[in-house]
Amino acid sequence: MKRFAPGRWLVNGLSVILALFFVTPLMWFIFAPFDPTPNLSVQLPETFSLDNFQTVISNATAMRALLQNSVFISGSVMVLTAALAALAAYGLSRGNIPGRDILTTVLLLFSSVVTGTASMVPIFVLIYNLGLFNTYQGAILTLVGGALPTSIFIMRDFIDGIPKSYEEAAMVSGAGSLRIFRDIALPTLRPGVLVVAILAFVGAWGSFLIPLILIRNADMRPASVAFYQFYGDEGNPNIRAVAAYALLYTLPVLLLYLLVNARYGFRFFGGIKQ
Amino acid sequence: MASVKLAQLRRTFGTVKAVDNVNLDIADGEFIALLGPSGCGKTTTLRMVAGLEAVEGGQIHIGNRNVSTLPARERDVAMVFQDYALYPHMTIAENVGYPLKVRGVPPADLQRQVQLVADRLQIGGLLERRPAQLSGGQQQRVSLARAVVHKAQVTLYDEPLSNLDTKLRLEARAFLKHLQREVGVTSIYVTHDQAEAMALADRIVVMNAGKVMQADSPMAIYRRPANTFVASFIGSPPMNLLPCKVDQAARILRFSDGQSIQWSQSVPAQASDEVTLGIRPEHLHWHAEPAEERLGAEHFVTQALGGESVIVLRLGEHTLAIRQFTDDVPVLPSRVWLSFDPNRVYFYGADGMLLS
Repeated sequence: MKRFAPGRWLVNGLSVILALFFVTPLMWFIFAPFDPTPNLSVQLPETFSLDNFQTVISNATAMRALLQNSVFISGSVMVLTAALAALAAYGLSRGNIPGRDILTTVLLLFSSVVTGTASMVPIFVLIYNLGLFNTYQGAILTLVGGALPTSIFIMRDFIDGIPKSYEEAAMVSGAGSLRIFRDIALPTLRPGVLVVAILAFVGAWGSFLIPLILIRNADMRPASVAFYQFYGDEGNPNIRAVAAYALLYTLPVLLLYLLVNARYGFRFFGGIKQ
Repeated sequence: MASVKLAQLRRTFGTVKAVDNVNLDIADGEFIALLGPSGCGKTTTLRMVAGLEAVEGGQIHIGNRNVSTLPARERDVAMVFQDYALYPHMTIAENVGYPLKVRGVPPADLQRQVQLVADRLQIGGLLERRPAQLSGGQQQRVSLARAVVHKAQVTLYDEPLSNLDTKLRLEARAFLKHLQREVGVTSIYVTHDQAEAMALADRIVVMNAGKVMQADSPMAIYRRPANTFVASFIGSPPMNLLPCKVDQAARILRFSDGQSIQWSQSVPAQASDEVTLGIRPEHLHWHAEPAEERLGAEHFVTQALGGESVIVLRLGEHTLAIRQFTDDVPVLPSRVWLSFDPNRVYFYGADGMLLS
């Protein structure tokens, strides 16, 4: 016998409304690319067609943006951020640095500033004066700078959770620093590095403002900016192309996640809790 | 295997003297327990021997090498950690074999040695598993195996049994003692559990506030605590300590609640005004009738513990305990008179040191 519980019905009802709110755009995102006549409302296509993709794939600039520029920029940001964050966080966690807790917190505060809209003008001037305007390096460095504080914060928290005794046991066993890093530190850090790397990749992949401002050359722009290919001079979007390109645009991120998850799994090695 | 010598070892953290002028000679093959309350410096001392904590002053010798400034990896010590420190990404075999792998032992030889030690520690069937799949007791044995396979000159134990539950701890203690007999390697064992230290060690070093309070065989430490700290730390319940005044001429002891008793036993010559009388709870006896040499006290509570009972008494503001070995719960009147086993009474001076 179940008792009628009005509170529960209310919660369930609200959940459904909330779910619809989030699911509806996703439905458009999945159906529209295959619809020869899409509009801005969700509708099941009358006929499935791949014409939209053909339009997009035949656009050389858009495809280069997606398969070369975006992959290169995001990949570089990912590798640099993960490597630098791991090293910095290791120092902050294990090193004997005075005020390291405050340092970490202040770093986190900076994260919202560095790549925020408000700082775009100084960043532009800085990059311009460094001679990095209209280069990949300029965009990559700015993106890495933006991703590092949060990454360091996450990594530090992760490293703090790894018992120091792992390294100490290895030291006593006779291992040198390099050996400890390779045999003990790196494998135990890997789950944390993967999380930070994926976050950095996704962040760079989706960033729009920074590449838009720092890269002028249309052939060098990443996919997030290349969406403009499919807007007419008056700003009218070619919905068919935008829909198809949007779907293609998400695939690499999805693939990366699946690959990493299948290969390593996003699980954390626990310490001993007793 | 080698002897270990600590000479005037010092280490401070901020203003705290964690290790304060510790001197200790450990013979080849000896099993030493560093025993003391939290923060007494026992773990810091151990970590300095391991090379995980810098030596601030003094020296550490292992065999005839001065290792004071050597990095941990060159000291040739093995260490068992409180949290076991088993590498989570390696199998049990890889964990146990790691010290050998680092030394470049050929794989076939390494595997043979790992199997040998693992069988001896009864974890031979677990070698392909990972640490997370093992119980606490098994993980503990793996960490022991890693230390044994190392064949180091000294093995260091940092409270290795404190993460186990009581039953497992007793098993592991027996196991460790047996292993120690077989392997016979020089060992330093840090613990805050006096029963563990008593059961395992050839010699116990009691520490407090960074200083060595007493270093002696377990029974000697139990029988003749060198000072009131050791007296009040060792034993369960610990030694009874009662302040009193000695009248040497009249052979009278005066207690703080106004009682005085005849004392025909010998009293150390230095014992004068302010001394502390110490007696173990099992050497104190109660009687229903008074006598000249008996001290009156109020019965407070009796705790029956199975094979023994602990009787708690009040004497003025002081609490005394009697251990009576019986499985009948003793019934006491509200006021009792106490007698002392002769030769089991110790006197401590105003500075807390044993008078003899």
